[in-house]
Amino acid sequence: MTLGKVLYIDLSKRRSWVEDRSELFSDRLGGVGVAIKLLEEELPKGADPLGPDNVIVFAVGPLTGLYPMASKTVALFKSPLTGNLGESHAGGRSAVAIRLTGYGAIVIKGASESPIYLAIHNGRVFFRDASGLWGVGSSLTVGRVIREREPGAGVRTIMRIGRAGERLVRYACVNTETYRHFGRLGLGAVFGSKKLKAVVISGKSSINVKDPASYRKVYDRIYEMATKTALMRKYHDIGTSMNVQPLNTIRGLPTRNLKEASFEEAHMISGENLAENYLGRRVACSHCPVACIHLAALREPYEDEPYFYKTTMISYDYELIYALGSMLGVSDPEGMLRLMNEVEVLGMDAISTGVVLAWMTEAYERGVISDDDTAGLKPRWGDWRVYLKAIRMIVEQPTEFYRDLAMGVAYAASKNGGEDYALAFGGNEMPGYHTGPAAHLGFLTGARHSHLDSAGYSLDQRLLKKGLKPSVEKVVDYLISEESWRQILSSLVVCYFARGIYRPEMVEEALKPVGYSLDVEALRKLGLEILRDKNRFKVREGFNPEKLKPPKRIYETPTPLGHVDEKLMEEAVKLFYERLAL
Amino acid sequence: MSVARRVAIVDNERCVGCQLCMFACTRRRGYGGLGFSAIHVKSTGGIESGFTVIVCRACPDPPCQKVCPTGALTVREGGGVRLNMDKCIGCGYCVDACPFGAIFWNPEVNKPIVCVYCGYCVDFCPHKVLTFEEVKP
Repeated sequence: MTLGKVLYIDLSKRRSWVEDRSELFSDRLGGVGVAIKLLEEELPKGADPLGPDNVIVFAVGPLTGLYPMASKTVALFKSPLTGNLGESHAGGRSAVAIRLTGYGAIVIKGASESPIYLAIHNGRVFFRDASGLWGVGSSLTVGRVIREREPGAGVRTIMRIGRAGERLVRYACVNTETYRHFGRLGLGAVFGSKKLKAVVISGKSSINVKDPASYRKVYDRIYEMATKTALMRKYHDIGTSMNVQPLNTIRGLPTRNLKEASFEEAHMISGENLAENYLGRRVACSHCPVACIHLAALREPYEDEPYFYKTTMISYDYELIYALGSMLGVSDPEGMLRLMNEVEVLGMDAISTGVVLAWMTEAYERGVISDDDTAGLKPRWGDWRVYLKAIRMIVEQPTEFYRDLAMGVAYAASKNGGEDYALAFGGNEMPGYHTGPAAHLGFLTGARHSHLDSAGYSLDQRLLKKGLKPSVEKVVDYLISEESWRQILSSLVVCYFARGIYRPEMVEEALKPVGYSLDVEALRKLGLEILRDKNRFKVREGFNPEKLKPPKRIYETPTPLGHVDEKLMEEAVKLFYERLAL
Repeated sequence: MSVARRVAIVDNERCVGCQLCMFACTRRRGYGGLGFSAIHVKSTGGIESGFTVIVCRACPDPPCQKVCPTGALTVREGGGVRLNMDKCIGCGYCVDACPFGAIFWNPEVNKPIVCVYCGYCVDFCPHKVLTFEEVKP
């Protein structure tokens, strides 16, 4: 089994080697379970996130290349945005390429003196000069250039950064296959600090299976569930943008920096409207029948010549619509799509960028910042043209204020004022759910301060529907149990969208023919252990749960479940870490 | 005599690039991954521009067979070819001769990978890109 092979790459010495870590993969499956151990081992305590000591770990899992929807790559690193755990997941062709080039994980350390990109083909590593690619305006161009230069079409991933990563914007992302991203927590800046412009990986090997007959049987069941039941329908029909209208109806859609929780023009930016008028193509990650990636075709005329048009394919999802639509009061779908394209071109996390711009707008409105700060831009809700310019300014950083914005909203507010409405949790910008206390509790306590950690937003919505008001203990226990289970999914690198298929019993079944015998109880135990490991790592790097405080704004604007109670929230955070028992 | 069939592409514009057909081909042999796949999906120039599906079209007069120096490739009745692995010396002429690039290579055994026209991949195309049909003369 090649899963146990870990490829180490030292960018400083331009050297690579392979170690057999089969035992680690047997104990911890793969993905985040393995990656957190490798990060702990390799990262010196207190390392500068943007120094050569930072380490990037990419890991895939035992189901990758074998079953559908186990196609995520987990990236762990020290986050330059929060200063502790950086964790980001992306699909595309990345996971399958890593596994079929012959590895379960890739560890990248050190830093190059001059720009380089890495090419890994059939397990062999090549260090390629990237000085000509450094500074290229669009991450899309970088992808295009590498596509032409490198082999492996169809079975490769091309991870790359844009200008934002080069300029060390703390929430720069890494794009892969143009429309998938290691989005959150600043992996792009870590790439940039290492002068690593891109990583291309290709491979096409086969994987031995212990029991081929039962493997095919389990496969067929998963395939049937994915294609012939309603479990995945939401994702393949309208996609995640289907959430816009329902969240708006219950008044849980953060709008204009969460001054409000519903947007009067939500129907303009809804998934339904985008699908009807702009959806141009749907595409899939490798080995996923769902094809949730929705690409809008934006047709724009050139102003200097009649009958001269360009058509741009722009990927959209719920979180982007929230961050670059309702949060900025942008209702013109074409303006919103242009903003999405701009963050793609520059390589920035869309959620963080939107939240930063929303805070900037409110701070400007309140006179906390001036025209000197903004270099003459006058941010105004709904004015996508000014936001388009502001995004570029965050990357180019012509004034100190834009340098602050490039550090994240928490930093910008701590320096300029307006912390009460700077929407960050644990240093990470807020995702698009103001559904109730569980969502915010999840943002605060989730190991990566993301809505995906424990999905409190989903609990809130269920409670609303059923009219239930559970105790704080119950909510905390639910969040811990959900986040623990998700560590298993992320160790198998199963997409969270497929969590309805990969229930614990199904995971147990799917692992058997591959050679793992872990029952549901053992899986759950391992999940909790991994969650603890991640939190211990955070604490090791300076994270202090006692200092966790949400921005005041979340208490001011009512949620669908009423005003969030500050006291209750504090109590819940305390309880969460008590129960987690680090 | 049985009817000669082949995997045909109905509409590659429907292809979302999920590559389930490729995985099915290797899985049919009892393996995971893609090492034995005789069907290939790649973008036509970046994901934004859609996908192309490459698979043997079962030529009635196959160019790959004509260049095989050892007789390892023979014409299948009705169209397409059969590969006799014992006779194959791994020269790779067949790969170069196919204008579609539909003969693939297995570097582990240094031999070509040729479609066997079983249609297994078609059952795993969720988007109606592929069909399994009779070869028409």
